[in-house]
Amino acid sequence: MTPALRLRLFLPAALLLTLLLAWALSGAPRFGTFDGRYGQWLNHHTVPQRHVTDVVTAINFDYRGWDTLGEEFILFISVIGVRLLLRTQRDERETRPRDQAPGRRATSSSASVRVLGLALIGPLVLYGLDVVTHGQLTPGGGFQGGVVLATALWLVYLAGSYETMLHVTPETLVGWTEAAGAGGYALIGLYGWLTGVAYLQNVLPLGQVGSVFSGGTIPLISLAVAGAVTGGFVLLLRAFLAEALQVRSRS
Amino acid sequence: MTWLPWAVAIWLLLWGLYGIVTSRNLVHMVICLSVVQSSTYLFLLAIGYRTGARAPVFADIPASTPAVDPVVQALVLTDIVVEATVMALLLALAVQADKRTGTLDPDELGILRG
Repeated sequence: MTPALRLRLFLPAALLLTLLLAWALSGAPRFGTFDGRYGQWLNHHTVPQRHVTDVVTAINFDYRGWDTLGEEFILFISVIGVRLLLRTQRDERETRPRDQAPGRRATSSSASVRVLGLALIGPLVLYGLDVVTHGQLTPGGGFQGGVVLATALWLVYLAGSYETMLHVTPETLVGWTEAAGAGGYALIGLYGWLTGVAYLQNVLPLGQVGSVFSGGTIPLISLAVAGAVTGGFVLLLRAFLAEALQVRSRS
Repeated sequence: MTWLPWAVAIWLLLWGLYGIVTSRNLVHMVICLSVVQSSTYLFLLAIGYRTGARAPVFADIPASTPAVDPVVQALVLTDIVVEATVMALLLALAVQADKRTGTLDPDELGILRG
């Protein structure tokens, strides 16, 4: 199919899609007036029921915890998929890391990237831990904080060097962090089951509203997710960087 | 202006699709897919919005304060995680396609395989 023909097919289809969407949305609640019964129920009952002040976190790690377990395993499986796709193939070998893009000399990071990156690594680690541990109180949680923590480790590569990044993220440690996070979530759910209630039911003491140790299993699940997300994103970075810097064709 | 959020969501969806249809580079195509997906974030957040309401976080506001819908916000979080994983997988596939065939142009990929 030529590009021109494809475009000629796309334009009427896009027009039809636009009309359908406009028709569908004309029946949607007016912007700003949505009164979802389930959402409003949660807004009123989450604090007394779960002693958690961030309703979104309570939904993700408790009311809808089963779905989030699946979501976490989507991340887990896709990291495995990327590692599998980018493994060193039979006709490839690993070399000493260097930039071998054709026609481009290896450049070092500029001084401003180094200074800013180095200055940001420490604060980002603290900020990531803060976001992870306070998800039950204020916006945040394991997914968001995990990505911040992984970014701090990416900065080690940007501001430092590839070797330093490899050094501070040992493959075994990162892999186990990811696995412990994903498995930990499933095990926390199992604990509810073993105590005679439903899988993933919040069975731990709920604590005081507003305290870091409130919400029963919610902060624990948040920690597990943070491990899985940080580990997963660092493994992704390592896979793509190794592909660019180390893996070479044998021929 | 109550239609503006819907219009922007549709606009993002269509431009992302246009980019995918006309793309000459697999990496560009993956980015276009993320534009398509960002229309769903906007759509979900706009659905849950209530005029004058606060964020559904009751850390420093009384429990009776009107707040926007928290369910769609939780869905957006899922949406973003799924997008990140899908992009990682697609970019890995693009790397492999380039290694196996020497091109990132989706049109040439079909020709090369014959």
